[in-house]
Amino acid sequence: MTTETRKDLMHELGAEQLGLFLYQMVLIRRFEEKCGELYTKGKIRGFLHLYTGQEACAVGSINCLEPRDKILTHYRDHGHALARGLDPNRVMAELFGKATGVAGGRGGSMHLYDVEKGFLGGYAIVAAHLPLAVGLGVAAQMRREDFVTLCIFGDGSVGEGEFHEALNMAVLWNTPTIFFCENNLYGMGVPFKASLSTEIPKLAAAYNMPAVTVDGMDVLAVYEATREAVAHARAGKGPYFIEAMTYRYRGHSMADPELYRLKEEIEEAKRRDCIDRLRRQMTDAGMLDDAGYAEIEARAEAVVNEAVEFAERSPQPALETLFDHLYKEPAIG
Amino acid sequence: MRMRDALREALREEMLRDERIFLLGEDIGLYGGSYAVTKGLLEEFGEERVRDTPIAESAIVGIGIGAAMGGMHPMVEIMTINFSFLALDQIVNNAAKLLHMSNGQINVPLVIRMASGGGSQLAATHSHSLEGLYAHFPGLKVVCPSTPADAKGLLKRAFRDENTVIFIEHTANYGLRGEVPDDPDFLVEFGVANVVREGTDVTIVGYSGSVHQAIRAAQLLEEQEEISAEVIDLRTLRPLDIDTVVASVKKTNRAVVVEDAWKFGGFGGELAAQIMERAFDWLDAPVARVACKDVPLPYNRNLEFYALPSEEDVVEAVLGMFKE
Ligand SMILES: Cc1ncc(C[n+]2csc(CCOP(=O)(O)OP(=O)(O)O)c2C)c(N)n1
Repeated sequence: MTTETRKDLMHELGAEQLGLFLYQMVLIRRFEEKCGELYTKGKIRGFLHLYTGQEACAVGSINCLEPRDKILTHYRDHGHALARGLDPNRVMAELFGKATGVAGGRGGSMHLYDVEKGFLGGYAIVAAHLPLAVGLGVAAQMRREDFVTLCIFGDGSVGEGEFHEALNMAVLWNTPTIFFCENNLYGMGVPFKASLSTEIPKLAAAYNMPAVTVDGMDVLAVYEATREAVAHARAGKGPYFIEAMTYRYRGHSMADPELYRLKEEIEEAKRRDCIDRLRRQMTDAGMLDDAGYAEIEARAEAVVNEAVEFAERSPQPALETLFDHLYKEPAIG
Repeated sequence: MRMRDALREALREEMLRDERIFLLGEDIGLYGGSYAVTKGLLEEFGEERVRDTPIAESAIVGIGIGAAMGGMHPMVEIMTINFSFLALDQIVNNAAKLLHMSNGQINVPLVIRMASGGGSQLAATHSHSLEGLYAHFPGLKVVCPSTPADAKGLLKRAFRDENTVIFIEHTANYGLRGEVPDDPDFLVEFGVANVVREGTDVTIVGYSGSVHQAIRAAQLLEEQEEISAEVIDLRTLRPLDIDTVVASVKKTNRAVVVEDAWKFGGFGGELAAQIMERAFDWLDAPVARVACKDVPLPYNRNLEFYALPSEEDVVEAVLGMFKE
């Protein structure tokens, strides 16, 4: 992204929209930090994959969507859920396994859903949701609806057959699917370089799909690229591939002892932090001052605290609901 | 009418009834389906509703699931149940679980048809009966028709369901003839077993291909041994109509379960256990199981038939129950 286009984009979006991006990134950061804390206290159990460091990916891409569009993502999904506007109280309640959670306590951290918001789930089997995203595209075409599907996944997906099957069929059938790969350089502890014998956009290009690589630590670059992808898909021109180069600050999950990477590497990534960057850019452009930023932080903190309180005082799901939603009642006739 | 024609009629009528229905699978269009079930549908409904896919079982099922989530009601054809292993993750981790995991928000109205069963010398990668495997998963419905009429009525019923239905057709049955109602609203309800033949001395329970062995065995028993056998066709494994089976066993006091699938860990074991849980005091003998020998099916005809259960095996099992 050139300095000129960045300036233009900042001008076009304006202080309010950019402030929203900043707020969402700070909210996700605070939310995740709190989750890490609550996990250590045993309030949140199971697998917990934190998103800190990658906020620009969720905020930059999801803000390009309309309410009618759909999102499918993987198990590192809290950030995507918050960027899509899912109720932070209900997301936190889900992590607590409470009845008020977005999946009634049945899904947990890796399986958040809010169909009304087009948030069709976190998927914990690597690459399994890529074909689903193509299928949603088929439904959009056949129903003559113009929603697009943003499908978010990690770089670890490229080794799975379904990654290739889905890309191939998306092009064959020209579906409105945006494949959004958050390349944080590791699949658990396996360096991305040890997982793929080529580069990711080359794979997409080999399937005849337009593909770009963007700086995933730069919310404006992500926004610009995704906006292009959405316009492309919405215009009926078929799928589009984005690789966003990013970095996760924490281990793969809370269970990760992080033996595979050096502290220096993490420190280096933090120097490119997405929040600091947008804050600096907005300040330089005269759109934000220290008081304004403090206000954003206070607001995010209050929302996170309220979410924890809500989750704490929410009820456990009743045992007699165990068999609910096993089958949908058939509509005969 | 042959079973394959009954299935085609069901697909055709349902596609005419409901615009949400479309078909996808390998060779279902131009080729007409490996078992000719979808023959002619491409010409009638066009490429958007009858889609030939690449050979990519997992993605085909995944796309079916995604399309179902997006408001369609797809049918996916998988050439044989053996290949469904490539799509097992999609079927089990997504189709079967999404409704529950999303707390009722996402249902997956999808019909997955596949062919199953041995007896055609196709060797071990193309011959197995794995219906019981799918019946293991809560969230799925598993349908195994054994007659052309049931094939039509159950397949039509599958498209009126808002869940994922695994619809399994025995390859040996595609050419089977029978009367089929032409009423476009003819449905066979799930979870209602069919008492194919009434009897008083023993209950033989089967599904899919094994129903026909059970019927022939019952005829032999009557003609040669003067034993009156009741034969029950389960029609659907999930939901399972255990009530009809138990009522019959309480009348006959003996039960044999027959299946083309492997014995070890098979569905017959589940049936036997449920019969014992519910009718132990009525049983005059332990429930007998007749099933495929626990070996990958060989190509050689003699070996294959030796491995598969036969009507003689059923007769033998019944006779064994009448000796002390
Ligand atoms: C099919 C499958 N295999 C293995 C796993 C275990 N697993 C969970 S996350 C993960 C790493 C995936 O890395 P990547 O796709 O790069 O995403 P990231 O965690 O970096 O966001 C693995 C191996 C899984 N969930 N599913």
